[in-house]
Amino acid sequence: MPMDEIALDHGHDAHDHKPGFFTRWFFSTNHKDIGTLYLVFALVAGIVGYTLSGLIRMELAEPGMTFLIHLVSVDAESIRAGIIEAAVNAGNVGAATDASVLAQVNEAILTAKTEASKSFYNVVITYHGLIMIFFMVMPALIGGFGNWFVPLMIGAPDMAFPRMNNISFWLTVAAFALAVLSMMVPGGNGVNGFGGGWVLYPPLSSTAGHSGPSMDLLILSLHTAGIASILGAINFIVTILNMRAPGMTLHKMPLFAWSMLITAVLLLLALPVLAGALTMLLTDRNFGSQFFDPSGGGDPIMFQHLFWFFGHPEVYIMILPAFGIVSHIVSTFSKKPIFGYLGMDYAMVSIGAIGFIVWAHHMYTVGMPSDMKAYFVAATMVIAVPTGIKIFSWIATMWGGSIDFSVPMVWAIGFIFLFTVGGVTGVVLANAGIDHALHDTYYVVAHFHYVLSLGAVFGLFAGWYYWFEKMFGLKYNKMIGYAHFWIMFVGSNLIFFPQHFLGLNGMPRRYVDYPDAYALWNAVSSVGYLISLVATALFFIGLFEAMIRRRKGEANPWGEGATTLEWTLPSPPPFHQFNELPVVKTEGGH
Amino acid sequence: MAEDVKHDYHLVNPSPWPLLGAVAVTTLAIGGVTYMKGLFGIEQGQLWALAPGFLMVIWVMIGWWREVIKEGRTGDHTPVVEIGLKYGMVLFIVSEIMFFAAWFWSFFEFAIFFPARVGDTFDHLSPVWEGLNNFKEFPPVGVETFDPFHLPLMNTLILLLSGTTVTAAHHSLQHGKYDNAKLMLWITVILGLAFSGLQVLEYSEAQFTFDGTIYGSAFFMATGFHGAHVVIGTIFLAICLMRLYANNMTAEKHLGFEFAAWYWHFVDVVWLFLFAFVYVLPHLALGH
Repeated sequence: MPMDEIALDHGHDAHDHKPGFFTRWFFSTNHKDIGTLYLVFALVAGIVGYTLSGLIRMELAEPGMTFLIHLVSVDAESIRAGIIEAAVNAGNVGAATDASVLAQVNEAILTAKTEASKSFYNVVITYHGLIMIFFMVMPALIGGFGNWFVPLMIGAPDMAFPRMNNISFWLTVAAFALAVLSMMVPGGNGVNGFGGGWVLYPPLSSTAGHSGPSMDLLILSLHTAGIASILGAINFIVTILNMRAPGMTLHKMPLFAWSMLITAVLLLLALPVLAGALTMLLTDRNFGSQFFDPSGGGDPIMFQHLFWFFGHPEVYIMILPAFGIVSHIVSTFSKKPIFGYLGMDYAMVSIGAIGFIVWAHHMYTVGMPSDMKAYFVAATMVIAVPTGIKIFSWIATMWGGSIDFSVPMVWAIGFIFLFTVGGVTGVVLANAGIDHALHDTYYVVAHFHYVLSLGAVFGLFAGWYYWFEKMFGLKYNKMIGYAHFWIMFVGSNLIFFPQHFLGLNGMPRRYVDYPDAYALWNAVSSVGYLISLVATALFFIGLFEAMIRRRKGEANPWGEGATTLEWTLPSPPPFHQFNELPVVKTEGGH
Repeated sequence: MAEDVKHDYHLVNPSPWPLLGAVAVTTLAIGGVTYMKGLFGIEQGQLWALAPGFLMVIWVMIGWWREVIKEGRTGDHTPVVEIGLKYGMVLFIVSEIMFFAAWFWSFFEFAIFFPARVGDTFDHLSPVWEGLNNFKEFPPVGVETFDPFHLPLMNTLILLLSGTTVTAAHHSLQHGKYDNAKLMLWITVILGLAFSGLQVLEYSEAQFTFDGTIYGSAFFMATGFHGAHVVIGTIFLAICLMRLYANNMTAEKHLGFEFAAWYWHFVDVVWLFLFAFVYVLPHLALGH
């Protein structure tokens, strides 16, 4: 159906009535409203995760225990009372005013504070990782953009199971609440929260490492997030398989929908295995089973295998939707169809498939046999091939195109550049020999932040600026968008590029302090964080500016390059779109 | 829905159940941790702490699925929606299979790499393809396993038989022979209960425990989660039976029954794998 005809169609149902406020936002069965809820939720969780990363960078800004020590509190009164009482008992009746005893008291308080801030640092890095992965990137890319644009792109009126869609969202909120609660209850070593890292390896996550209720709450939080994601994955797969517009074969389906289909399959197959591992951890902690307890014949390494069998697909779960978004943006603003549509498509399929058989490259240093390492090196290297296909196809799409360097396009190009950097360091780390030296150093931190923090998150912002007008019917200020990009580009590179140097020089990750030799690049990295803070402020300024000025958005602000179905609808789209299904007749893909 | 809707998809009305469900799950999780560890000043080990969340979850399930059944009976489940529901059920079962993959993973890892774990090196391991050899030291000496050709074999036959009766019930239902469908479904439910009963009997005779050895941990986790699925499947079938008595299902429209049958077959197949690998294989390897 021609574009203007559909637009006209919907002029008639401008009266389509939305439910009242509470029903609309709390009992929602509308994919666009649920997508918006996910985006708002991801913003909130993102602020929390980003604040935690700020605490990390401030602590590491200079050597020594300099920052978190001001944030932790210890029971100074009882330390003072204890030492004075001991001194009085030892015969020093004037201990309360004795300068040497008071100096002793101050020192004891400082020691207690230092110890508490070390544990707090561990908690901060753990929750930073978990919150950014499970409550920021996944809800934003999959829950937010997936919900909004999969039905619009495939010409469906809604998701296949609109009510189940809503419980996916609310369970994500429930999981976040449980995670935040777990930060506030005893972890077991005198501080609140779990400090064993986001990978939850036993014995740190066993009773031996963290005996308190914090870890149990965290396990149940991840169970809940897992249920939410599995239900969401089922919903996306069924929607895509069963609700494409007449004429839209799988090979004509937009690449973002393809990326969501593959992501959903990965979620469906990977998350239940994590659920199994978490359940074993839970019973080990509470019901005396021995799965990960070597003293009973169990195997802590098995947890790592089970975890990474989920964890490796998980990293593709986070990046594939960004691949999809970037493909659309590059094609739209180069005013050309995507180069090698089928190649792009099956590159994602093979990344997803191979992603299941490379997990142990996260564990080269656990003492696995050389043959096994050789296999995982080879399998991991293979992933560079489909990834290369994607990078080169994006470049080939831009090649000879009439490129419009709009706000989403600069974010997308930024994504391609930064993701390539992260991908290249990934090839380095894939080698077991090199990884023995670099494992658990800042080189690894730099690598995965280049693919996720600078890859997935740049993809997320690209999608935000690409679809903002479509979702909310408002135009944003382009100058703020550009400023956000450039300052973020400089800031985040300044955070993470020096970490390559730190890692190559042997600085271990997850450490609260470091020798003076690492001071320079850590300082640079922390300055980078401050710069990214300015960028993040600009992001919110841009959002509020658009909300206040209320410049009315167009149905298709991007012109001829924007060919997918969402641009045939008004901005924002009607409450229920495609009451009459669009018919896809165009030749070829995309 | 508005009259100008020209497609057959189901646009579901706003519903309170998802939000209530999430509240229920949160309550259950917090109750669970209170039970296991003690929280908010409540001592650990108080089973009642699980009750509020558990009851809320049950309430949400009943409320939600009543809504679904009502929608199905008032024509919202058009052919295309039915296809979607079928895809959904298949995918749910796929996710369940991956859940069981974790239990089998732990069992096989314990069995195959047991020599390495008790001090031998990987280099002396027999290759995986030497099959039974890998099981010869697992379970470790002193763990007395069940004779697979006693109660477990009986349970295998019971589940296989129930698989045929549920299929018979389906055929009768499809041909409108409701009385026969009810009879066959009754038999299926009873066989399901019999399986659970025998499993309880077997557990009570176990010579090893969940918290004693890795064999016990792996055994009870795998068979226990299977047992839980048998109970859920039996409830699912029993509800279909109640719906048959309530004339709630017809020869043409009985998706709920089909899903219960699929789920039952899935539970059945998982048991066959459990029987072969968890019961029979270690038994043969030890040469009892």
